[in-house]
Amino acid sequence: MSAPTAQTGTQRLQRLLALVPYVITRNVVGLAETASAFGVSERELVDDLNLLWCVELRAPDPYCPIDLSYEGGEIVISEAESIARPLRLAVDEASALLIALRMLAEVALPGSEALTRTIAKLEAAAGEAAAVSNQVQVQVDRGRADGVIGQVRDAVSQRRRIHLRYYVPGRDEATERDVDPMRLLVVEGRTYLEGWCRRAEGVRLFRLDRVHGLEMLDVPAEVPPEAEPVDVDQGLFRPSDQDVQVVLELRPGGHWVAEYYPCENIERSGDDLRVTLRTPDTRWVRRLALRLGEHARVVAPTELAAEVGADAAAALAQYAS
Amino acid sequence: MSRRKTERLLSLVVCLLSTRRALTAAQIRASVPGYPESFEAFKRMFERDKDELRELGIPLETDSASAGDEETGYRIKREAYELPEINLEPDEAAVLGLAGRVWRRAELDGAAAGALLKLRAAGIEAEDASQLGIEPRVHTGEASFGPLWEAVRDRRPVTFTYRALGRGGPQQRRLEPWGVVNRHGRWYVAGHDLDRDAVRVFRLSRIEGTVSFSGPPRSVVVPPGTDVRELVRDWDSDPPAHRAARLRVRTGTGYGLRRGALAERPGADGWDEIEVSFHEVDRFGDYLASFGPSVIALDPPDLREAVITRLKGVPQ
Repeated sequence: MSAPTAQTGTQRLQRLLALVPYVITRNVVGLAETASAFGVSERELVDDLNLLWCVELRAPDPYCPIDLSYEGGEIVISEAESIARPLRLAVDEASALLIALRMLAEVALPGSEALTRTIAKLEAAAGEAAAVSNQVQVQVDRGRADGVIGQVRDAVSQRRRIHLRYYVPGRDEATERDVDPMRLLVVEGRTYLEGWCRRAEGVRLFRLDRVHGLEMLDVPAEVPPEAEPVDVDQGLFRPSDQDVQVVLELRPGGHWVAEYYPCENIERSGDDLRVTLRTPDTRWVRRLALRLGEHARVVAPTELAAEVGADAAAALAQYAS
Repeated sequence: MSRRKTERLLSLVVCLLSTRRALTAAQIRASVPGYPESFEAFKRMFERDKDELRELGIPLETDSASAGDEETGYRIKREAYELPEINLEPDEAAVLGLAGRVWRRAELDGAAAGALLKLRAAGIEAEDASQLGIEPRVHTGEASFGPLWEAVRDRRPVTFTYRALGRGGPQQRRLEPWGVVNRHGRWYVAGHDLDRDAVRVFRLSRIEGTVSFSGPPRSVVVPPGTDVRELVRDWDSDPPAHRAARLRVRTGTGYGLRRGALAERPGADGWDEIEVSFHEVDRFGDYLASFGPSVIALDPPDLREAVITRLKGVPQ
């Protein structure tokens, strides 16, 4: 990684090399439109154009290879022969798009012809730069979600209300609810339906591999204006102040928990880990603690520790009888 | 970078692209304005400029300048520099716009934006995908992703400190990385472990501290036919379920179990009997223990024992 100052300079050179073909492929293009396409102010753009216009080579005879004008807010480049085409895609650039397209091909748009065509065209244009992109792969867990993905996409694009049968493993509960779909999310290797849950009267995420059944209803979706989409860039599950704080002590056999669940704090003491996590509903932790047996101890809250102990005792009593 | 330097680099690119024959350093200095008077100072600056252009992916080539001339010459071949013709249909442009969102706030975000900028310069507008109703993302929260991607890209060996799960302290590992795979939201690197002389897979979240390059670019050879995705899958996945279990499940509970049940016999006493398949007795026993008093393992006996052991271990 280069230093930030060097990066902006390099970025400017990259921008200049893209700006010339951008204008040439469009013949005439407005200053404002171009500035917004490149994410710069009109003043910066004019400065770029002046810089291009000033390029001069001195030998064998002095000449200015680039001729342009931006009179009346319209850019025209009449001469820029050697840099009229954009630079090839770099390995990073080609890879970023190809890895993303292949991930989409796998999950969000299975069987989409447009994806296959786009991948082929991009591979052809990138040439050698495309090769390494095969060594980075994003695999999304479709689980049992395959059929559901298509239904969810249809419901989202047709803005139709759906009826969901949904399994909540943390509570070992099968729930039924009507949902007004908002988006299909493909985040952290899983697929989710984001929608307005009419039962909870709030925005909820439903992991598609936990959907037991989905029916499209003959009712248009009505997502209320106050429904706030999840900011997927911040991570899907963010703790809130109302959450219960749970502290677990993990023996080595339970260390995977620290990796698997988002923990607020992880402390190591000898072979053990002490982790803190926040959750709005402790029922799943209760089940987790039972599964971990001797590999974990609930430190706080104490009521939760007591519940776990009581569950284990009740279960054992059934084996004794 | 100053405006003067940008100007100089731009002139250098135009100069080397326009020439039919490779140019010597002296010819370049005569043609491109902005270089210092002293030849030594010019040489140093020119060296840095060449590096910067190559870093941008500009294919600056060296070859002998002209017939009989011993001096090194430089040029940029037009066909190596230019993005080939590419045209996208509207549906393809929509897909490209969606792909452009995948790395947002992640490691290759800048690279994706750079690619879209070049395509846009070639006349291709990726469509605004925010209204498509699909939001795809890849996260690269692990600090080791960046250096490992560079190592895979440049085919360089690496060393890092790795803490395997459970007991035992961190270990220093030396790896020839073949590829990086995200599986179920977690990043893994697969490659040839130089100390164990075997194929190994590492989870990026278990790498501690920095990843350093331990060899020059292009020194790693990925065996032909290597499928990194398969390597990670083999390392991470369960063998197929092959054993049958008989369980008693309290009516109205155990949905996760019922979902994959081979058979289900509703009972009248508030308990149903179900049959399921599993692959590994300890892990399945752990899972059954998580249902607490709602599930009783009847058969096979080793599964029953596994559940009882797990429940007995729960601190009271």
